[in-house]
Amino acid sequence: MTDRAFAVVRAGALTTVQDLGRIGHAHLGVPRSGALDADAHRLANRLVGNAPEAATLETTVTGCAVRVRCAVTVAVTGAPCPVTVDGRPAAWGAPVRVPADAVLEVGTVTHGLRSYVAFAGGVGIEPVLGSRATDLLSGLGPDPLADGAVLPLGTPGTPAVAVEAVPHAGPVRELVLPVRLGPRDDWFTAQGLRTLLTGVWRVSAESNRIGLRTEGPSLERARDGELPSEGMALGAVQVPPNGLPVLFLADHPTTGGYPVVGVVQEAALPAAAQAAPGTPVRFVRAHRSPRTRGAY
Amino acid sequence: MTAPPPGPTGSRAAEGHALRMRTLPVGDHGLLIELDSGEAVEALHAELLRRAAAGQLPATREIVPAARTVLIDGLAAPERFAAELAGWEIPPAARSGARTVELPVRYDGPDLADVAELWGVTPDEVVRIHSGTEFRVAFSGFAPGFGYLTGLPERYHVPRRATPRTRLPVGSVALAGPYTGVYPRSSPGGWQLLGTTDAVLWDSAREPAALLAPGTLVRFVPRSFDPHPEAAQ
Repeated sequence: MTDRAFAVVRAGALTTVQDLGRIGHAHLGVPRSGALDADAHRLANRLVGNAPEAATLETTVTGCAVRVRCAVTVAVTGAPCPVTVDGRPAAWGAPVRVPADAVLEVGTVTHGLRSYVAFAGGVGIEPVLGSRATDLLSGLGPDPLADGAVLPLGTPGTPAVAVEAVPHAGPVRELVLPVRLGPRDDWFTAQGLRTLLTGVWRVSAESNRIGLRTEGPSLERARDGELPSEGMALGAVQVPPNGLPVLFLADHPTTGGYPVVGVVQEAALPAAAQAAPGTPVRFVRAHRSPRTRGAY
Repeated sequence: MTAPPPGPTGSRAAEGHALRMRTLPVGDHGLLIELDSGEAVEALHAELLRRAAAGQLPATREIVPAARTVLIDGLAAPERFAAELAGWEIPPAARSGARTVELPVRYDGPDLADVAELWGVTPDEVVRIHSGTEFRVAFSGFAPGFGYLTGLPERYHVPRRATPRTRLPVGSVALAGPYTGVYPRSSPGGWQLLGTTDAVLWDSAREPAALLAPGTLVRFVPRSFDPHPEAAQ
């Protein structure tokens, strides 16, 4: 077989197809979705010569294994992990040529949570509303990978650009989230806001692609009740009645009724995607987004 | 208490109504515009879409109307936009030209009798009142294609059920608070079930995928319930 596809040998704990998500459909109740560590997703694509919007695989802790039906260049980024091709060690964070019929194994992470696997040409499934991303909240996009599933690959475009060194953030020892207060900071007391900016939480094991949940001090509310449903942004820090902040990630609901005390800058979300349960979390007051200063 | 709104508030509608807006920051690139009523949300949303279509709106990622707010995300300069917004003339939203969708409903829901009791009418009257109302999709959320439909007078607003059901079937037509909703897929829910429709609320392969979008006008058309249509012949 030399068709452009791969078969899933070991799906791992949770492996999904991801890209840059479905932007522009939130008014229909469609979450954005897309890679949680968008920086790692982009880098993996760049290493194999794909455009940033090409679909990659996002693994969760235990990696995955696939048998490719054609020779293809791949790259693994995000959470560091052992990579093998037919059992032989291969590079992490670099283009790897995988021969037809070989098994690419992405192992358990050494730290972090989510690794990204790019294939030259990208995962070639049909997009839904312009995106191939699996959305675990609403069920749009392909199902998470299952053992035995076969997924098509797209046609490679330009040859990969040479990337000499892969920047790597290292383990997230403490997740520091720059937050801009609002829109509903006035639903909290001055003490509650002080707690937000001085307290230390830990990443809860209940976290998922929808939100990073925390354990720690409760934020004191200035008023009870719920808001009429209002639009929710990526990075929103929503505070349910238990007072524990929830950071909204890519699969977050488009509207909600719990107050949002502040919004975390998008540039900090890749680190949140890699923060394992138990990691300390702090919120600091954001000043200006690096992206509005012209970094992009 | 902290973080003052980035822009001044207040704008004047064409007919002399003041459309009062409170502008709240949402991160570095978003604004939440809070308004006094659902009608004001409708008017601002319509004006945003009109200006976007005319190429008079700065680039955005999302414009999300809700019950009392419109979220605008992905603005390069939200403070500047908030200041500009305060000077807009915003006419009331015109309903002429809005898309109208008719949804056939079998009014056989398990909560029909409870709703009748809450309304103080007979179940037949519930059907007559509900199907005689022109609804409008105020906003969407909860699931792709789920619209929050307004139109029932306040005296017909009902609470959620004390105990939510673990599974509402696809196409459930249900009431809660001021809203009627139609479930695009099976889901748990605490809304009061009036009946079901066979209309496909969401189809990813269809253009548009969502049958109901903010601003769509909706009428429910009663269908008689016959569990054995073939036996009738």
